[in-house]
Amino acid sequence: MYSFNYSKPDTIEAAREMMRSAEDGIYLAGGQTLIPAMKQRLSAPTDVIDLSSIGELTDIDVSDGRVRLGALVKHADVAGSDAVRSAIPALADLAAGIGDAQVRNRGTIGGSVANNDPAADYPAALLGLGASVHTDQRQIPADDFFVGLFETALEEGEIITQVAFPVPDRAAYAKFPNPASRYATVGVFIGVRDGVTRVAVTGAAPCAFRSAEIEAALNAEISARSLDGITIGADDLNNDIHASAEYRAHLVTVMAKRAVTALPK
Amino acid sequence: MSETEISTIGRSVLRKEDHRFITGNGRFTDDINLPGQTYAVFVRSPLPHAEVRAVDTSEAEAAAGVVAVLTGADLAQDELGGLPCGWMITSKDGSEMKQPLHPVMAVDKVNYLGEPVAIVIAETLLEARNAAETVQVDYRELDAVVGADKAQSALQIHAEAPANTCYEWELGEREATEAAFEQASHITSLDLHNNRLIPNAIEPRAAIADYQPGTEELTLYTTSQNPHLARLILAAFVQIAPEHKLRVVSPDVGGGFGSKIMVYSEETATAWACMRIGRPVKWCADRSEAFLADAHGRDHFSHVELALDDEGTFLGLRVKTIANMGAYLSSFASSVPTYLYGTLLAGQYKTPAIYVEVDAVFTNTAPVDAYRGAGRPEASFLIERITTMAAREMDIDPAELRRRNFIQPEDFPYQTPVALEYDTGNYGVSLDKALEMSGYAEFSARQQQSVSSGKLRGIGISCYIEACGIAPSQVAGSLGAGVGLWESGEIRVNPTGNVTVLTGSHSHGQGHETTFAQLVAARFGIPIDDVQVVHGDTARLDFGMGTYGSRSIAVGGSALSVAADKIITKGCKIAAHLMETEAENIDFDQGEFKVSSSNLSKTFQEVAFAAYVPHDYPLDELEPGLTEKAFYDPANFTYPAGCHICEVEIDPDTGCVEIVNFTAVDDFGRIINPMIVEGQVHGGLAQGIGQALLENCVYDDTGQLLTGSYMDYCMPRADDLPSFNVDLTETPCTHNPLGVKGCGEAGAIGSPPAVINAITHAIGIPHMDMPATAEKVWRAIQEKRGA
Amino acid sequence: MSIDITLTVNGREINTEVSPETTLVQLLREHLLLTGTHVGCDTSQCGACTVHLDGRAVKSCTVLAVQADGSEVTTIEGIAVAGGLHPMQAAFHQCHGLQCGFCTAGMIMSAIDLVTREDDLDEATIRKGLAGNICRCTGYHNIVKAVQMAAGQMEGRGHE
Repeated sequence: MYSFNYSKPDTIEAAREMMRSAEDGIYLAGGQTLIPAMKQRLSAPTDVIDLSSIGELTDIDVSDGRVRLGALVKHADVAGSDAVRSAIPALADLAAGIGDAQVRNRGTIGGSVANNDPAADYPAALLGLGASVHTDQRQIPADDFFVGLFETALEEGEIITQVAFPVPDRAAYAKFPNPASRYATVGVFIGVRDGVTRVAVTGAAPCAFRSAEIEAALNAEISARSLDGITIGADDLNNDIHASAEYRAHLVTVMAKRAVTALPK
Repeated sequence: MSETEISTIGRSVLRKEDHRFITGNGRFTDDINLPGQTYAVFVRSPLPHAEVRAVDTSEAEAAAGVVAVLTGADLAQDELGGLPCGWMITSKDGSEMKQPLHPVMAVDKVNYLGEPVAIVIAETLLEARNAAETVQVDYRELDAVVGADKAQSALQIHAEAPANTCYEWELGEREATEAAFEQASHITSLDLHNNRLIPNAIEPRAAIADYQPGTEELTLYTTSQNPHLARLILAAFVQIAPEHKLRVVSPDVGGGFGSKIMVYSEETATAWACMRIGRPVKWCADRSEAFLADAHGRDHFSHVELALDDEGTFLGLRVKTIANMGAYLSSFASSVPTYLYGTLLAGQYKTPAIYVEVDAVFTNTAPVDAYRGAGRPEASFLIERITTMAAREMDIDPAELRRRNFIQPEDFPYQTPVALEYDTGNYGVSLDKALEMSGYAEFSARQQQSVSSGKLRGIGISCYIEACGIAPSQVAGSLGAGVGLWESGEIRVNPTGNVTVLTGSHSHGQGHETTFAQLVAARFGIPIDDVQVVHGDTARLDFGMGTYGSRSIAVGGSALSVAADKIITKGCKIAAHLMETEAENIDFDQGEFKVSSSNLSKTFQEVAFAAYVPHDYPLDELEPGLTEKAFYDPANFTYPAGCHICEVEIDPDTGCVEIVNFTAVDDFGRIINPMIVEGQVHGGLAQGIGQALLENCVYDDTGQLLTGSYMDYCMPRADDLPSFNVDLTETPCTHNPLGVKGCGEAGAIGSPPAVINAITHAIGIPHMDMPATAEKVWRAIQEKRGA
Repeated sequence: MSIDITLTVNGREINTEVSPETTLVQLLREHLLLTGTHVGCDTSQCGACTVHLDGRAVKSCTVLAVQADGSEVTTIEGIAVAGGLHPMQAAFHQCHGLQCGFCTAGMIMSAIDLVTREDDLDEATIRKGLAGNICRCTGYHNIVKAVQMAAGQMEGRGHE
């Protein structure tokens, strides 16, 4: 790690102010991606602004048909929350499958979403459930939030405060992990609400996306069978030593079928 | 051994060394800190192949906290030697292998990604790291030679090695083998790549050096499997310090698997830099550095053919292998694809004619050397794959084909056509036991069940052999080894009757402190807690050859056995003196020296005390003291062998392979501690299964390492592996005093072909190169279904 | 930049100054000389550095020391109870769940957290639960056995 300045503001306003005055500042949430990147000297901020003292960011609230997760809610807390599990079991399951136990004990939903790693799990849940990202400035629908590879709609200095998930009728997530990193090689999240099915794919492409083909098929009939014959184009998919684009394309339909099969009745 | 000793050893005694590790009191190299220590960081080449035009260290030297910045040119100025390779291989044309200079740090050319170019030493690690980034190296990039299979027609790396060829070696009878193939009614052939691996002991390499100008003594604490060998190489070849002024200490070492045998650039440069600056220097590798600069393993391209008659009897085996040496010859690299590989190609079978050719080639990749099994897994994979392929082609059960060709118990000692003489074994017994334990006969019922749930299921057998207990020095010397391969053992019986055991073997997970203590305690009839095993410090014991090649118990244990005999002989003399009789009248049994045909006796402890209180000794006949040492040189290799059976279930939609059952039946000869032996098997299996399914070192076409961290190099985790079904058979080794063979590498040698035999069985294809990743398996299933 | 922090390590209150880039594992190993916690990688994968931070297993190489300000940290040196071994330590010894001993501290700390967290510990759950810790020696076989043994003995003990 290079040397940097560290601060731990108590309020969002103070955090924004610190960011404004920093030469090249960065917010620190759980640090499970940022700290390794800094250790490898791939990230070299001049100022690290630790958000952990901002109290309201750690709340979990399930009410009015919404699951609201504060930006600093840890993956293990989502996985272990009875309230989340009874409202959206697929979300609790997804959180229970992120990284490993130690990472889940530190990593946060806000950090994951803001980083938008193409192989992260949460973006699939946000897109698949039609969640909205609340910041200190505004609300951003998930569909508009994930812009590209490690790129989001967040403006300079903007802070995620909460992610709000509308409770679906049914939802499920199926993940094919990268055997080395345990990130998603392909993960498919399916959410069904008011008769509309949303299908989100992570890991396969430079940014999580919704699959129009699969949504169309499932909106006709929610069954694994209805995905027979659907092929996802490999042209825009990731291609690396772990999985070719063609294989990823294949896995998208396989994981989609598994998610459909796993949907609660 | 007497009957009583046999009855007291063979027990799963819990490990003496555990307590310090489970309480956090181990002492690994990075746990050692010395007053005034400085921190070293290496500047490494970002290119796999380039000329070094200039190294500008001026900015780094002026940076905060920097004590020194030293380069390859400084090393040359001090006239330090390169890093040697300890085994001379002679090519088939009689010429010696090409051994280009392996500089401690590059001077005018870099030949692999991550090769050290400079060492930066500073007051803190952060300052060293910061300064290292400011060292400016002017490179002229050259095309990189990456794949071993293409190296011989690629850009020449070393002036000494035309066609990038280190040697062209052969073993066996070419003409007899050709003749065997002419008679064959069936020939099975296969081209394969034995995948390149990165050892990944969880403790990265580390060194801390301390120089005392007053005595001119240099101490190097380091992560070595063989500290004496390291001292010898540093003193005799690199010439850092004379041997008697150099102490090498290997404290607790966090796994080795071969990768800590070698004497590397970094530890060498750390020791040298310490003398230059006159302060302690500490270097600890990051994992990222370990990926770049630890010696890698395997990486063979092979063509193999097996000739059979119409009954399935093996007539001949022909092998051509290209072995990747990497950029330089690492410490024992040359011996791995030759004497640890070609000599094993008979396997467990009576193949009458075998001929193998091995071309070792240089590439712009990290040096390749011994990794758990070292040559023997490559041999075993090739034999056990081709045997299963032949069985399937000829529609003979793979177990039956093996049985037909086994060397039988009455054939021992058995001279193979590839130099080795196996002393003992019983391969049919291991096979039978493994078949029974794995439920081989009921496989088809399980397969039906899998098929009915949409899965594929397969079963694969591997009957491996290895040559361990490395090595009879005379044989090794005649084949080009630069060192003798005996082991030393010393037993010091202290006046109070407890015992200090010193072994030249080194334990970095193998449990020597328990097994060797058991061995000595049983021999003397004393409690195991009265035995302390010391290893890993050139200042505390005379010499030792270290731990590799599953040699510790067979060679190191045998040395202690001989030393124990000497203690008992001396003890009998002392006891005879005490009881006023002759030594030949004394019997030693279960801790007592007894005068035969009388009630007189002295305990071991009484004799120990008397040894140091020689008030009335006849000093011309009897010396005081009770310390003995032995240097044991084995008469032959040992030949552990066994049968591994793997059963897999495959999800055809994803290609995911699940190992649903893994059975290993091994013959390691006599066993001192079954718990420790089984643990060694488990660990070996994990590495073998890792090679078969998960692990792969990948350089891209330009020589950049794509698998440079655990994000991309797939280490087996707990949820990748099953629990293992292991058992033992026993044919005692005939030529060492303990009847032991060694168990450290068997798991990694036997398991990879069992896994691939199972996968290819499930899919119904002849072969798949390792690792059998999900995508590779999925593609094979697609192809098979499309065909 | 230097920051004053106060934390409890193995029951002892520590007040010290650290630079922001100091990781928790550096604080433990280099400042407090608690060298039982090890570093096996630089990408937060191997788990050798696992300690408990406010009762939860974390990778101390991926936590800044300043982030631990005000927290309770427990390391391998702090789990033994009244001079005796913690049941997990004892089980690793009984089951031969360690060889070289380098990953062991992290493995034990993860395993304790796992047993404390999960009620129903079948083999698959244990294997999944330890996926954040790499062991190169044991093939995990005896580690799984050790966790099973300790789980039986830790029942009703609550968190250490």
